[in-house]
Formats: sequence, structure tokens, C-alpha cells
Amino acid sequence: MANVIKLRKGLDVNLKGKASLEVMQTIVDGQYALVPDDFYGMKPKVVVKEGETVKVGDALFVDKNHPEVKFVSPVSGTVALVERGERRKVMSVRVDADGKQEARSFDEKDPLNLLLESGLFGFFRMRPYDVVANPEDKPKAIFVSAFNSMPLAADFEFVLKGQEKEWQAGLSLLAKIAKVNLCICACQKAEALTVAKDCTINVFEGPAPAGNVGVQINHIDPINKGEVVWTLGAEEVIFIGRLVLTGKVDFTRTIAVAGSEVKTPKYAKVIVGAPLAAVLKGQLDESKSLRIINGNPMVGVKTCKEGFLAAHATEVTVIPEGDDVHEMLGWIAPRFKEFSTSRSYFSWLKPKKTEYTMDARIKGGERHIIMSGEYDRVFPMDIYAGYLVKAIISGDIDRQEALGIYEVAPEDFAIAEFVDSSKLELQRIVREGLDILRKENM
Amino acid sequence: MNSLRKFFDKIKPNFEEGGKLHAFRSLYDGFETFAFVPNTTAGRAGTHVHDAIDSKRIMSLVVIALVPALLFGMYNVGYQNALAAGQLENASFWGMFWFGFLAVLPKIIVSYVVGLGIEFTVAQWKNEEIHEGFLVSGIIIPMIVPVNTPLWMLAIATAFAVIFAKEIFGGTGMNIFNVALITRAFLFFSYPSSMTGDDTVWVAQHTICGLGFNVPDTFSAATPLGEIAAGATALSSSFCDQVCGFIPGSIGETSVIAIALGAILLLWTGVASWKTMLSVFVGGALTAWLYNALGLSPLDACQHIVLGGFCFGAVFMATDPVTSARTEGGKWVYGFMIGFVAVTVRVLNPGYPEGMMLAILLMNLFAPLIDYCFVSRNISKRAKRATKN
Repeated sequence: MANVIKLRKGLDVNLKGKASLEVMQTIVDGQYALVPDDFYGMKPKVVVKEGETVKVGDALFVDKNHPEVKFVSPVSGTVALVERGERRKVMSVRVDADGKQEARSFDEKDPLNLLLESGLFGFFRMRPYDVVANPEDKPKAIFVSAFNSMPLAADFEFVLKGQEKEWQAGLSLLAKIAKVNLCICACQKAEALTVAKDCTINVFEGPAPAGNVGVQINHIDPINKGEVVWTLGAEEVIFIGRLVLTGKVDFTRTIAVAGSEVKTPKYAKVIVGAPLAAVLKGQLDESKSLRIINGNPMVGVKTCKEGFLAAHATEVTVIPEGDDVHEMLGWIAPRFKEFSTSRSYFSWLKPKKTEYTMDARIKGGERHIIMSGEYDRVFPMDIYAGYLVKAIISGDIDRQEALGIYEVAPEDFAIAEFVDSSKLELQRIVREGLDILRKENM
Repeated sequence: MNSLRKFFDKIKPNFEEGGKLHAFRSLYDGFETFAFVPNTTAGRAGTHVHDAIDSKRIMSLVVIALVPALLFGMYNVGYQNALAAGQLENASFWGMFWFGFLAVLPKIIVSYVVGLGIEFTVAQWKNEEIHEGFLVSGIIIPMIVPVNTPLWMLAIATAFAVIFAKEIFGGTGMNIFNVALITRAFLFFSYPSSMTGDDTVWVAQHTICGLGFNVPDTFSAATPLGEIAAGATALSSSFCDQVCGFIPGSIGETSVIAIALGAILLLWTGVASWKTMLSVFVGGALTAWLYNALGLSPLDACQHIVLGGFCFGAVFMATDPVTSARTEGGKWVYGFMIGFVAVTVRVLNPGYPEGMMLAILLMNLFAPLIDYCFVSRNISKRAKRATKN
């Protein structure tokens, strides 16, 4: 077995409503949507017209700057709507599923061309910048994290069951493009992970964000200026495997439907872009003010019941919005139910397995950075997180580079944002910093 | 709870844009967020759940940690007054405490009214939420001045410190110097006779509302460090009194025991850095031991730490997260240097019996430099890695 990299910094937040390990059946019908914003950093150019029939694997939109990067329909049916927002920005392309799932066959021999043509390349992200990968780059490695340490996240080991062959086929194809680094958790015992072929296996142990691929890269082979690394979600490797084995794409995911406000948290087999109303049917208390999140509460994107399953989301979580709570004298009241890393609350007295119901309030006012070392405590990378955030806020690009901005993605700051007593939106700040840097370097 | 919420909701429109009382919006915000945890929810993307800790709670904890020292300080004001009047056997515990309470309370009020007044005005002007930082500074300021400091001096010094040490830098979190110490430094250099002077400033000399005793005008009492600076080789107070705090000195700084209670709370809750605190003591003790061994100071390491504002500074002011070093390694250096400079000023500079204030202010200035060295190491490591590949 590979060396275990133990991380001490970080924080596991134990939220109520973990998905139980059973899969509920979900129906495929209805309107599906592919949202360009899910593929961050790409400019969409829609290549279908409303009313056109599409098969699974037919392109819906392509990247304006790299038209060879296609984003394809996850279902077969008729294009129902190209939804546009302000300044004609493409918000989503919707397809009415016919339920037949007719799929286009792909027979490209070159692995990269196969991925580009089948729309799977769009799922790759690159570091630096944490945006959709550029097919012209020569990545020094491809990193795949086979576990997600964030609260309520789907358990990949469970998702993988029954798909081991596809998983290995996907890894083998990736190995033809670049060196593959697979990062697994010390607690994962499935053979498909521990003895996976055609890749270097790295074992991690520690609290969140140990499952973040950025943290793993920083410990295995940190990115230097000018280098490019591609990353890919573990379940998307299975998509590739299905393509390799059958010649067709199949975007079926096993997602966790979790959170304190979901009546029976379970896993669900759904296709990317599925309507959330169908996924969450009968699971919510409509009278409450709820927050539905595409992804987990640490790094997900807020959506609504009319929303669609995001391209990269491995879970859908529902927590209370909390905008109807009026807590009195929060600065001094004991607030026994609250979770905090600070001993001024009493959650440190409770057993570690206590599950908390947390709402979406930020529970304080935004301030300048006051406390020192708060971020570093939960930031398991060799980077001064506080200084990097300050460099981004002050717009000092040289200093951002020097402090290692190329190695980070917004998600790496999720836990720091959770514990931050100054309540700064660190993920947004980092995202904006990366965007500016990308523009400067282009 | 509901009626209070309703009251806030009812008066809220007056303070919003276009309302009659819009000029007091920051005041309303300040009170509303103190009464109720704000209901602002997280944005569209980012972390949707948050730790319950916020800067209000952190600042409140520091204020709570200061309470034992403050209460003891009040009692000691009464005790010193009775002692000076030679009436100790006629004074009751509560009599002495209430005398001290009445002597200290106006200072607390002046400090808060002046400081928070400026804070509210600035918050209103910059259209920001009011910052809580001054809650701590405002209680520390009366605790680090002699009991006889006139209120008008305190008001001027507080205003100076809040404006020139904090607001012009951008408010809490952006200041370079500890605000409370700038207040004291302002007093110290502008009105030296009222801060140490002829040793008549440390003991309250007149009755207040019939409490306490009148002390003869000719009476003077020096702090132990003052005695040493004046050339004494032995102290008039016992070590036990010095630890408990029954000695003349600034209001809140005398009792090591009361300060230790606050220190335990700060360290336990993690509000103050144990690295900074410990290294101040280590730095101070080693330096004092050295000077004592060299024969430059009649005081040994223990006494240097117990006397004056050393403990108070180490626990409550060196650990101010904003003005201290922010890197973990930097905290060791920063703390150690405070201890070293404080004792060095005491021993080598006959003009200043107490060196803690100057030591912390000096190291506030150097904290960014210390951090710079530690951060640069990380930067050069990254640069080296890039060129190696």
C-alpha cells in the first residue's frame, strides 16, 4: 500500500441528515437542463435550435474560445428552450427527455479526441484558476480524488459499487493522456480503489478538506507557475469508462440526497441535469423556508426547487434557510445547540458524533480580518491563507503569485470560510482573484 | 423577546434610506445586532453554513476576561485610599469597593462615550456596520491609567487614539498600534506630571459621595517600580501584596491573581494566543534574570514579572490579534521581544520606571517586519521549487 499522508489541519463538521446507504429509484422523464455556469471559465456558444431533436451525446453548446470542447445532451429528446438572462447570457439549454435514452456512438481512436467529441472533456478542470481545462495544454498530471471529506457529501466507495469495471477503464484511458494520480482515503477499502491500475495511488488521512484535490496536489506535487494540472471528479471517471466500454456516453450519477430538511436522506440514481423537483419529490416540508443546494453545504451552489442537478454535483442537500430565526443576545447567550470551534460555545463538551442542524445564516457581521491564524488552522496546505486572501483583496498580483495562488481553488477555502469569525466570503474573494489573474495572464 | 423584535421592526423604517432618523442608522444597527443575531444568510455560492462564533462574541469574551481585574482594581482604589489615610481598620470591604467603584466608573463612562461616539460617527459616515473593537479598548483604557487622571485628559487621549491610531487606518482590524496603549502613551507624553509625576497620582485623595477618606495633601505613594527607579534597593511592599495586588499602580494592573483569571478564560477559549502570552513571560523572565545576575537591577525575575503592568500587558495587550504578529512563528519572536524590551527599558532607562507600554508599542511597529520574514521564507521556498523543476 502507498504511503499514507496524514493531515492534521482541518475540521470535520457533523451535519444532520446523512444519506443512508440505499438507492431510491428516480424516473427519467421531464425537462432536463445543462447549465453553462456549471462549467466555470467557459463562454458558451449554443449549437442547437429550439425544437431540434437530440440524442444523448449530441452537442448542445461549445466553448467559444475552443469550439472543439463540446457540452453534450445528457438525455435524448427535443430541445425545449435556450434560456437567456441579462445581456443574452445563456443561462441553460433545456431538453424535454423522451425517456428512450437513444445515444450516439463514438469511435474516435485518439483518447483526447474521444473525450472532446463525446463532451466528457468539458468535465475536466485545470489548475491554476480552477476552470474548464484547455485541450491545448500539456498537463503534468491528472489528479482524481476518490473521496469527498465535506459534510453530507456522497460516499464514493458506495457509489462505485457495481461500476468497478467502468472505473478502471476510465482510469486506463486517462493514463494515455497524462500521468494519473489517484488520491484515496485511508478509510476506503474497496479493491477497485486500493489496487487500481494505471495510476499512482496516494492515501490521505485527516479531516476536511483532505478530500479536496487541491490539498492533495499541494502535498504530492505542488503546482509551480507555468505548470498545468488537470483534475476530474471521481464519478466522471466512470462516465469515461462507460464510453470506453460501450462507445456511448451515459451521464447517470448516484447522488446523495441529504440534509436535515430531507425526510428520508438516501442516494438516488439520476442523470446530470435532472429536474430537482423530481429528485426531491415528497422529501421536503413546503411550509418551511429552505435552502436547496446543488452540492454540499460547504462548496455547493444555492438553487431552487425549479432548478436542475448541476453538472459536477455529487449530492443535493437541503438545509433550513434560517431567515425567520431571531436569536436574542447571541454574543453572550450560551446557545447550546450551536456548533462552534470556539470554546466560548459548548459544542466541545458534546460527543464527536453529535449531529448538528445548521441553517444558512452567517451568524455575524462582516468585519476586517481580526483574529490571526484562524484560516491556517483549517488550511492543510503550505500556504499562508490569511496573507493570500489579503493579497487578493488588495489586488496585489505579484504577491498573490508569490504566495501560491496558482495552487488553490475557491473550494480549498471552504472550511476557512466556515470558521471565519470575520465572516468574509473567502470563496468568492478567491474566485475573483483567480479570474483577474487569468485575464492578466491570457 | 417577541415584543422587542416587534419594537425593532416597528422603528426600523425610520432609520432606513429616506427615513427621518437615517443619520442614526449605525446606532440602530449597532443595537439591533446586539439584541438579535443578524439574519443575513449566505450568498449564492460559497459556504452555506457557518460557525456560530463572530467578532461580537470574541470581543465580549475579552471584556468578561477583564472583569476580575477591573473589580479588584476598584477595590484596591478604596484600599489604597484607606491605607493612605491611616484608616484601614475603620474601612469596610464594601465601603472600600464602592469608593473605588465611584472613582473608576466616570472614567469608564468617559472612555466609552468618547470612543463609541467616534466609532458610531465613522460607521455612519462610511456606511459600515459598527465594529466591536472599541468595546475592549474602552474598558482597558480606564484600567491602565492612574486613578487621579482627570476626565478631560482621558477624553482627549481617547479621542486622539481612536481617530489617529485606528480610524485613519480603516478601523478595527486595520490598526497598527494597540488603541488603548496609544491612549496611555498620549497621556504619558502630553501630561507626564499627571501620569507619574510626583507620585501623588496613584492614590485617590478625596472622599466621593461621603465614601472613602481625605488624605493629607502632602501624601505621596510610589509604585514599587517607581521606588526602584528612585534609587531604592528594597521594596516597601511584601511579595505577597504584590501578587495579590495591594500596591499602588494603574487601576487594573496590580493584581496578578485577577489577571490570571482573565488569562485562563482567554487561553481556554482560544481568543488569545498562548504562544504570544508565554513568550512574553519567557522573554521578560530571562532578561530580568540576566540583569539581576549582572547586578544592574535589584529585582529578580519573579518580581519584574509580578510588578507594574507586565502581566496586564502580556495577557491583554500583547495578545491583541490585530496588532501582534500574525504568523505562528512570528508570535514567538514578537512575544519574546516584548518581554525583553519591557525589562530593558525598566532597568536601563532611569527616566521610565515602567517599560511595558513602550515595549508593546515598539513591537507593534515591528510585528509586520517579523511576519514579513516568516512569510518570505514561504515565498522563497515556492520560488526555489519553481526554478528547480
